[in-house]
Amino acid sequence: MSRARADEEEYWHSSKFRAFTFDDEDDELSQLKESKRAVNSLRDIVDDDDDDLEKVSWSGEPVGSISWSIKETASSSSSLEGRDQPQKGSSSYAALPKQVSSYSLSNLFKGRNRLPSLPSLSDDYSNDWSPRDTVRRMQRGKVCSLERFRSLQDKLMLLDEAVAGHDGNVITAVLIFLKRTLRREVLFRELEVRQVALCHLIHFLKETGEQKLLLDLLRFLDRTEEVALSQYREHLNIQDVEKKREFLKGCIGLPFSAEDISHIQDHYTLLERQIIIEANDRHLAMAGQSEIFRKYPRKASILNMPLVTTLFYSCFYHYTEAEGTFSSPTNLKKTFKIPDKQYVLTALAARAKLRAWEDVDALLTTKNWLGYTKKKAPIGFHRVVEILQRNNAPVQVLQEYVRLVEDVETRLNLATKYKCHDVVIDTYRDLKDRIQLMAYKCKVERGSAEEEKINSLLSNM
Amino acid sequence: MAAHLSSGRVNLTALREAGRRELREFLDKCAGSKAIVWDEYLTGPFGLIAQYSLLKEHEVEKMFTLKPGRLPQADVRNIIFFVRPRLELMDIITDNVRREDRGRSPQRDFHILFVPRRSLLCEQWLKEQGVLGSFIHREQYSLDLIPFDGDLLSMESESAFKECYLESDQTSLYHAAKGLMTLQALYGTIPQIFGKGECARHVANMMIRMKREFPGSQNSIFPVFDTLLLLDRNVDLLTPLATQLTYEGLIDEIYGIQNTYVKLPPEKFAPKKQGEGGKDLPTEPKKLQLNSAEELYAEIRDKNFNAVGSVLSKKAKIISAAFEERHHAKTVGEIKQFVSQLPHMQAARSSLANHTSIAELIKDITTSEDFFDNLTVEQEFMSGIDTDKVNNYIEDCIAQKHSLIKILRLVCLQSVCNNGLKQKVLDHYKREILQTYGYEHILTLNNLEKAGLLKLQTGGRNNYPTIRKTLRLWMDDVNEQNPNDISYVYSGYAPLSVRLAQLLARPGWRSIEEVLKMLPGPHFEERQQLPTGLQKKRQHGENRVTLVFFLGGVTYAEIAALRFLSQMEDGGTEYVIATTKLINGTTWIKSLMEKLEPAPF
Repeated sequence: MSRARADEEEYWHSSKFRAFTFDDEDDELSQLKESKRAVNSLRDIVDDDDDDLEKVSWSGEPVGSISWSIKETASSSSSLEGRDQPQKGSSSYAALPKQVSSYSLSNLFKGRNRLPSLPSLSDDYSNDWSPRDTVRRMQRGKVCSLERFRSLQDKLMLLDEAVAGHDGNVITAVLIFLKRTLRREVLFRELEVRQVALCHLIHFLKETGEQKLLLDLLRFLDRTEEVALSQYREHLNIQDVEKKREFLKGCIGLPFSAEDISHIQDHYTLLERQIIIEANDRHLAMAGQSEIFRKYPRKASILNMPLVTTLFYSCFYHYTEAEGTFSSPTNLKKTFKIPDKQYVLTALAARAKLRAWEDVDALLTTKNWLGYTKKKAPIGFHRVVEILQRNNAPVQVLQEYVRLVEDVETRLNLATKYKCHDVVIDTYRDLKDRIQLMAYKCKVERGSAEEEKINSLLSNM
Repeated sequence: MAAHLSSGRVNLTALREAGRRELREFLDKCAGSKAIVWDEYLTGPFGLIAQYSLLKEHEVEKMFTLKPGRLPQADVRNIIFFVRPRLELMDIITDNVRREDRGRSPQRDFHILFVPRRSLLCEQWLKEQGVLGSFIHREQYSLDLIPFDGDLLSMESESAFKECYLESDQTSLYHAAKGLMTLQALYGTIPQIFGKGECARHVANMMIRMKREFPGSQNSIFPVFDTLLLLDRNVDLLTPLATQLTYEGLIDEIYGIQNTYVKLPPEKFAPKKQGEGGKDLPTEPKKLQLNSAEELYAEIRDKNFNAVGSVLSKKAKIISAAFEERHHAKTVGEIKQFVSQLPHMQAARSSLANHTSIAELIKDITTSEDFFDNLTVEQEFMSGIDTDKVNNYIEDCIAQKHSLIKILRLVCLQSVCNNGLKQKVLDHYKREILQTYGYEHILTLNNLEKAGLLKLQTGGRNNYPTIRKTLRLWMDDVNEQNPNDISYVYSGYAPLSVRLAQLLARPGWRSIEEVLKMLPGPHFEERQQLPTGLQKKRQHGENRVTLVFFLGGVTYAEIAALRFLSQMEDGGTEYVIATTKLINGTTWIKSLMEKLEPAPF
């Protein structure tokens, strides 16, 4: 663990929290090792025939389970697959049995019989099924005709009964029927006072993708934010980026909530930028003139990537560009009001990946009005060290920033971990800690400059 | 095969048997040889009801996975599709059916078995594609409540929470009620129903209505359950967001348990014999079944992970000693006895080996710095510390692009523990998330807000501290090794849902009226009349049996907490657990996320 151990310990002892770790002193770890050892040693004793015991294939599927059997029985059968293309209007389609006038809804409830045996339906046409009985029959999966509910009043009674039965399947069936047989304004008006049915219809329209009717309904209900979001969702189905951009542009005018609107605007602006950058960079990369693209070929296009990823990309490939270009990091920062912290973090990661240490230095250096320079890191120098270390920065670079970590414990911890001997030694010197300094002597190389430094410090302390 | 189902207080084998009977009846309707085309999602749940052998007995000769294209060659009379009622699956079936060679002889008949329910939407869809008429039998197999273990039932309906709380579609509640009716048909009418939450109220209403409408359902079975407790998941949004710290809970958090199976990285389960295949390590994940049929697992599954190591080591000693016995076996009789015990000992050894490996895998994670930091933040939130400002750790995680689900879990946890976030804090998180992970996630954030997981604090009042104190949700003196309170399952946090169950049993909800009012939805009590003669005369000292039904999902840690209560001496109540879906924070949040990938077909 890299965090200051003592610090941590104090925290856990002084606070009421309980850490969830196997403490070193705890014998949990050794216990686990012990049982492991026992298990292993037993392997020698038992000449395992345990294949008899566990009837499982290696993947653990018990032999004879359903998913195992699928693999077994399916075997070589799928070789034909993929060869034939869908044949629209081909003979196989035409050969389907003609379904008499049966496109009426009632057939949907029929499950038990083949269509030709429709005559048995006649029973159901006895006109005296009340809405309630109809719903009950539908719940039991029986065949029912809804066509004979002609008056608005009957239809609404039917709907109310379905809602009272709570069976979403039946509610949806009745709604499909009403949707087909009622004028839109009437349907909407009646649903407005029937919230449960309304929710089911909205869910249904979402499922089936009847976007237009859905939007009309939401507009009628004055649920404008939902209209906006629901419309915005559509962009996910658009593959072509140009079309997507146009679509997002159209979304900006939608009645989003005040908090959301700026994000939608940003989404549009970002995609617009990405399209420009992508076109440019693809060209650059293909031409092979630009060194950075030759040395570090792009792995993927920048289109549709999140903002922070785009910023990283721009810090990687376009770091030195003037603010005027669309692809320059500073331009992105300004346009999207990226906070300093986020910016530094991303730029740092990008430049460190390129091992451009002087850029890292510049990024963290600020000049005051007198012209003095000072190192500053809005993310804290310990994070700087982490990022640099992850990108295999050399010790000389690393220690410069380790030195700047304010918290002494953290600094010592990092310095020790990454072998920044100078920083460790200097820190102990400042702390006037002879004992630690002596202890550290055995961690540095014999006869090295560091050892010498410790020796001279010790003799002067 | 299903011995573990009869180990509990209520014998759930009967429920499984009923499921098998229904399946056999359907298969026999389609006379002749058959092939089943499986919606892959269903093979798991079906595996808990039946094995291939049962299907084979009923002339199922081939089984395939559902996918687009031409159906494989198979000389069978019937092709049966076992599918969930989903439109995208209907498209695949349509494709299969259209490509079937009409000229082939003999012709194959098509059937559909919808699980758990026929859907008009789907049939309408098939009709619009012009293939509905091709199916001879279209039926439903109401796999409402699947027995997972001796005390656990699940509907495995992934989208139940989303449908109930986001779409206000209560179809899954209807199924829950139907499942409960089936249960009552097998185990007797449950005399007392308690509930908390909007959905709980609906389910109770439906049950009462169904009972009234089907007078035949009045049965003469002596009631096994004394009480039914219906709980809405949205009464306790907090618990699933926290990281579970029981053994089983951690396995689920890290590797995901599906239909009692878990897939593990193979490295730690290398082939057993040395010098044989030592070089080529298996690359396929190791799959293990986890249930109470395995003695060792039953013992450790519900323990806090910190208490698992010592049990494993004790077991190791016992087994070692048992194997040592062979040196003392001198006479033929003794040797014979030793040999007769070998199979059992070997099974125990292999079980111990597996769990030692799993524990090692988990320990690698629980001892990692990030796990520790994450847990620290969770515990701070749950105990009410710094919930009203932007959290540094969450910010750091976003900056390092940790998985979005992890971020959402933490932000939602903070929101729930603060009864909503301040505008500034909420806006800050939203902005960071959208900029880092993509603006399209605005849809997901919106869903989370709708479900109440993420919200704006209104009225400036945070009532979580009151709830926490009254229900004693945070316990400082938790004992992980020898627990005396349910809070051990989260190393300090006592799951709110289970606390409600505990308080209902003793001293009763009247003592917490005030807090119940702060939690969403009504609380209620209903009684179902029993015919005279069926009323229970409880023996002195006999425990009551309560069925707790979690509408919208339950976590393994909550199950562990209820099992802990069942086993408490003088607890007085034993619990059986039912749910719409076994969940953890990750699968739960995922179910609420906007599907950003287009459907594969």
